[in-house]
Amino acid sequence: MLRFILQRLAVLIPTFIGITLTAFIFIHLIPGDPIEVMAGERGVSPEKYAELLHAFGLDQPLWKQYLDYIWQLLHGDLGKSFVTKQPVIEEFFKLFPATIELSLSALIFAIVLGIPAGIIAAVKRGSIFDHSLMTLSLTGFSMPMFWWALLLIVTFSGTLGWTPVSGRISVMYFFDNVTGFLLIDSWLSGQPGAFKSAVSHLILPTIALGTIPLATFARQTRSAMLETMGEDFIKTARAKGLSPFRVTVLHAFRNALIPIITVIGLQVGVLLGGAILTETIFSWPGIGKWMVDSIFRRDYAVVQGGLILIATMVITVNLTVDILYGLIDPRIRKKGH
Amino acid sequence: MKKSLLALAILAGSTALTGTAYAADKTLVYCSEGSPDGFDASLYDSGTTLDASANTMFDGLVNFKIGTTEVVGGVAESWSMSDDGLELTFNLRSGVKFHTTDYFTPTRELNADDVIFSFTRQMDQENAYYKHNNGQWLYFGYMDMANLIKEIKRVDDMTVTFVLDHPEAPIVANLAMAFAGIQSAEYAAQVEASGNLDDMNQKPVGTGPFKFVNYQKDAVIRYATNEDYWNGKPAIDNLIYSITPDASVRFQKMKAGECHVMPYPAPSELDMIKATDGITLMQSEGLNVGYLAYNTEKENFKDVKVRKALNHAINKEAIKEVVFSGYASIAKNPIPPTMWSYDDSTVDDEYDVDKAKALLAEAGLGDGFKTNIWAMPVQRPYNPDAKKMAELIQADWAKIGVDAEIVTFEWGEYLKRSKEGEHDTVLLGWTGDNGDPDNFMRVLLGCVAAEQGGNRARWCNDEFEAEMQAALLTTDAAARTESYKKAQGIFKAEAPWATIAHSIVFMPVSDKVTGYVVDPLGGHWFSNVDMN
Repeated sequence: MLRFILQRLAVLIPTFIGITLTAFIFIHLIPGDPIEVMAGERGVSPEKYAELLHAFGLDQPLWKQYLDYIWQLLHGDLGKSFVTKQPVIEEFFKLFPATIELSLSALIFAIVLGIPAGIIAAVKRGSIFDHSLMTLSLTGFSMPMFWWALLLIVTFSGTLGWTPVSGRISVMYFFDNVTGFLLIDSWLSGQPGAFKSAVSHLILPTIALGTIPLATFARQTRSAMLETMGEDFIKTARAKGLSPFRVTVLHAFRNALIPIITVIGLQVGVLLGGAILTETIFSWPGIGKWMVDSIFRRDYAVVQGGLILIATMVITVNLTVDILYGLIDPRIRKKGH
Repeated sequence: MKKSLLALAILAGSTALTGTAYAADKTLVYCSEGSPDGFDASLYDSGTTLDASANTMFDGLVNFKIGTTEVVGGVAESWSMSDDGLELTFNLRSGVKFHTTDYFTPTRELNADDVIFSFTRQMDQENAYYKHNNGQWLYFGYMDMANLIKEIKRVDDMTVTFVLDHPEAPIVANLAMAFAGIQSAEYAAQVEASGNLDDMNQKPVGTGPFKFVNYQKDAVIRYATNEDYWNGKPAIDNLIYSITPDASVRFQKMKAGECHVMPYPAPSELDMIKATDGITLMQSEGLNVGYLAYNTEKENFKDVKVRKALNHAINKEAIKEVVFSGYASIAKNPIPPTMWSYDDSTVDDEYDVDKAKALLAEAGLGDGFKTNIWAMPVQRPYNPDAKKMAELIQADWAKIGVDAEIVTFEWGEYLKRSKEGEHDTVLLGWTGDNGDPDNFMRVLLGCVAAEQGGNRARWCNDEFEAEMQAALLTTDAAARTESYKKAQGIFKAEAPWATIAHSIVFMPVSDKVTGYVVDPLGGHWFSNVDMN
């Protein structure tokens, strides 16, 4: 198992070099430079332009800028934002807990509803439940996030008044951030109603962001279950007289888990991508909106640093999924040898 | 997480919950459109940042009277210009206190040292703050202050004199702008000693009506009322900026009572907002202009007859209805009607296709020609949909045989290339900074701007320039008005632009709020508001 993990870790080195190069090239390929964008209609004089270009190191050849950047990275420095002048890593960790909190919440929402729904649909294949679920999941999968989120707000906040419109917590609550995770911090603050406010603010963004993964999980679970339930060992289990519950959950579901875990792992990347729109609409202060704003402003340090940090997170999750495979299915572990 | 899920399930059908931490106080919540880049207004130029910094926490030597472009005393109670226009002296107000916060306790009141520091850091390349910020003092650069201010002299504790390189009438209005807010030299020294120079930008200390409490990035900015404000304590106790980037969501928050004032409503929702109980839709003419500049260096546009012909071919009424949903006024001058010296007697180039054809024939281009229209990739108050505007102009010009291709680039590239004069015609606009006509006419149509690129028509007219220089060198309001009116006449006759429209600025304000005034300069101010 250790060798299996080490092999997986070794692959990470070229992956990281690839990521730094891609992040660097990607943002520099976009036309326009940060100074022009910053100055807008007003513009800066040629002298000031040259002064700022030099101050930001943008007058150097690209290869030198890249090498300087790698040198910085090796010293653990992701640079400072051109705009806010704040260290990228500091800004990232101010915002990342909000994204994680929302992504995790959406993921749990999707797993808790999606997997049981998929199992039931597979067991009751061809029933009304099955057909309805497949139709609904297709709808959920194809729903434009922007429209869906606004529809949720207009219905549940605007018309019914059940949930707050946007933000992470009512602005009337004010307490220190201990962990950055508002559900925890609001609980720790001891302010009456703060935790409830944080939870109520999480509901709509969770549904909006969790809808596509929910649909994906339901469909994936259903097809994986159907495949497994046609296998001989299931027939054997049934022939042995095991209860349908034991057959479905202990035998069929356990063996259907590999493709389901794969999809869950892949959805983490999708969640981070989906977070960009969800965060904008729900005024959720996470990294999605931060990254998009930085691309528009050509804030190179933030885009590069942000991409590297996000890629690190996704790689870590994928590595964990790989290791989980190994734990669940010894055949995969052995193939790794 | 289990706990949160359980709570989530329990609360799924419950009503919205609001806390009570500020319940006893008058707390105004402003749903702002974006996050500030920082809190040192001298470093930035976005309205969002200036609202969150200069307009809440700082004063200039002079300020704009809220809701107008009239310059009134700020931390200076009076000022005078020498006869030769080269020395501008300010007498500072006594008893002006800097904010006392968790991170700074002032030991003295504002004096001349603070004024000198506030400008020196933006012009002295050896200053620690200049170096630290890479000299990125945007507005100081835009207003060309480094070439204007030769020296700032400390006459005594409460008097400073700006020694100027040349006379420049708008300087007093320039000093009312956000970049000229007065910082505490004492605090700057404390920050410099701590070694973390970013604190000036992250933990602001001003003399303004509100003081900084806390900023949760991209979420909330909190301010408390400055009890010691020299101009009278504001009526509200707390001010909160709830950052809400989406316009439709801002409106939903207004409806739900989660905020009291919001900027930039979506044009498509204006009628809905008007019909909403408890919300008043305030409006004011914006101090802006949207225009189409003809590149007068390009062969086809050198002849004024061609430019006039194209102007006559544009149906501006249609643009107003389609692009601005009717919420704009048609522009005939390069400055908006709310600005002093506006010449209402100007006759606009009316929509007349036959006249346009005749003028084109006179210019020897009766068969038409090929050209391009550059359309901005971004929305601005003066042009909410440049692509649509370009399409309308394209269709209008097709009627006189002019075949225009619509071109667009990414914003930074658009600005850069149009500055270099690559375009035939380009859509752009301007929002005023200080209410002075110089800030529109010389900046956008002057000869220096033609060289540097800000003048997208690349039009340098000696007569027009002479009027600009004459108005710049005198402080006599009547003489300046006369010059700017003459300049508007020259502009209209020469037609370097097709002037399109001046937009209207809307502000939905809760009926709980009283005293809010829409600012023609586009800022948002809360020192004069109260709540029922």
